Amino acid sequence: MSDTTATTIGATTEPEGPQLLSWDSRARRVVTIYVPLACFLVILLFPFYWMGITTFKPNSELLNYKDNNPFWISSPTLDNIRKLLFETDYPRWLTTTMAVAFASTALSLVSSVLAAYAIQRLRFRGSNYVGLAIYIAYLVPPSILFIPLAQVVFQLGLFDTPFALILTYPTFLIPFCTWLLIGYFKSIPYELEECALIDGASRLQILRRITLPLAVPGLISAGIFAFTLSWNEFIYALAFISSTEKKTVPVAILTELVQGDVYHWGSLMAGALLGSLPVAIFYSFFVEYYVSSLTGAVKE
Amino acid sequence: MDASTWVPTRTPPNLLARLFDYKPFLICVCLAPALGLLLVFLTYPLGLGIWLAFTDAEIGRSGSWVGLENFDSLMEDRVFLNAVWFTVFYTAAATVVKFALGLWLALLLNHHIPFKSIIRAIILMPFIVPTVLSAIAFWWIYDPQFSILSYVLVDVLHWRDTYIDFLGTPWAARWSLIAANIWRGIPFVAITLLAGLQTISPALYEAALLDGASPWQRFRFVTTPLLMPILAVVLTFSVLFTFTDFQLVYAITRGGPINSTHLMATLAFQRGIPGSQLGEGAAIAVAMIPFLVLATLLSYFALARRKWQQGPENE
Repeated sequence: MSDTTATTIGATTEPEGPQLLSWDSRARRVVTIYVPLACFLVILLFPFYWMGITTFKPNSELLNYKDNNPFWISSPTLDNIRKLLFETDYPRWLTTTMAVAFASTALSLVSSVLAAYAIQRLRFRGSNYVGLAIYIAYLVPPSILFIPLAQVVFQLGLFDTPFALILTYPTFLIPFCTWLLIGYFKSIPYELEECALIDGASRLQILRRITLPLAVPGLISAGIFAFTLSWNEFIYALAFISSTEKKTVPVAILTELVQGDVYHWGSLMAGALLGSLPVAIFYSFFVEYYVSSLTGAVKE
Repeated sequence: MDASTWVPTRTPPNLLARLFDYKPFLICVCLAPALGLLLVFLTYPLGLGIWLAFTDAEIGRSGSWVGLENFDSLMEDRVFLNAVWFTVFYTAAATVVKFALGLWLALLLNHHIPFKSIIRAIILMPFIVPTVLSAIAFWWIYDPQFSILSYVLVDVLHWRDTYIDFLGTPWAARWSLIAANIWRGIPFVAITLLAGLQTISPALYEAALLDGASPWQRFRFVTTPLLMPILAVVLTFSVLFTFTDFQLVYAITRGGPINSTHLMATLAFQRGIPGSQLGEGAAIAVAMIPFLVLATLLSYFALARRKWQQGPENE
């Protein structure tokens, strides 16, 4: 309840702030910076709070706002999570999602490192055009590809196998990672490689022993971004996987847990929460890398 | 082992090592995995999709060439025309609000505030969490009987007498989806624009301050022009991804009520995969391409303009 009232206060007082120069700067700072910022945080986080609180609510509280304060839980329960973990295939979906995300991230990282190295360091005729082509590939969205890709996947006999996802996710991961790594390789002084060349190192030795160790932060950035993107992916997983036990978490929650007209909001929210947690935890360890890859990709 | 401590050891060059030192061969080997994957799973399907749009293919039956028949029937299809209109409207409305709020948030974060990096990390959460999962949370927030928003408006603030049917009527459903999209998009816009703001040298603001510029003038004549190039790129990406959005709509309304909230992507999916009319689905997807090309050209010219601003020697 406080969030909506806070929003209206923020919205009405903020524009007046700059004019009231007679205020002492501290009060002005609070009104022009901290109050709007707090509103943003409350609104951006409220759905997660709601997801969390619904997960631990018993059904009697969930569907009765008259006798309970809906913003709090009076008798928390683990029932929804227990139901999710032991009465559905949820653990299976979670491991599938994780395996697919790791495999496609690894595959994309290896291909991107090699491609970025070739484009940025081996420099050949037309290397700029190859770089540009890979950049343009990033602008091709999955929503226009999934129908023909479904046919390709079918023809290759990959339909309804995890490989359908592991091999198609790189189509949006490789362009991004390659572009990011090209930028990263650019920042490593070429002289280091020249020295090694003079000392008689082969190209592959240079890549493995000099360029890669120096590019570790770039590799982490690309890896973490690729991982969250593949964890997030929905449309390919929806179109290429049909059997229940092979689905990924986002698809499975929507197609397996939502059945009939009665929605079990408790277990739905528990599923959403548990599906978000791994990627959120993973992200929290590498926030700086993530932000740098996000902003780096835009600046390049 | 890092670069500074590495001591080269001379190995006698065998045939394989020499092959890998032969530059054209090495280039081919390095590019093969990336280009191979992209050609098989991106370029080929893109071409195949355009071909499918001109056939009457169905799932399990390769179609034959029918010319423009798919597009002809689509042009008379109310559902499709409505989807095109809503896709444009959805993109425009969501993008405008996303950028207004995102820029505001970026400007707020550009001040000296405590716990800045933690706040920044928290703000990105809506962008990190799988869209479908947060969409399900929104679906629950928009529930007709137990919506928390209705509860606040009716039972706490007493601004309304009846609960809002967020997803039951076409316009309410459209605005609900746009709100969810804005919620998800703000973090991306704010964080990338913040990065752009941080590249602006404080010296410029000091100079403007010395010249007696008001806060608005500083924003208008220092921040805006210097932020333009990055703004254009972020805008292009945002438009591109909002236009081809699928997950939010599919998770929250699936195109309902009465097909009023279909985006082109969800309609293509519905006709192509469950409806098994691959040709028609592909035609809808192909109809998105002109819009996307337009957005990409916009990005290209924005980049060209940045190069022009920085001078030719800066690459």
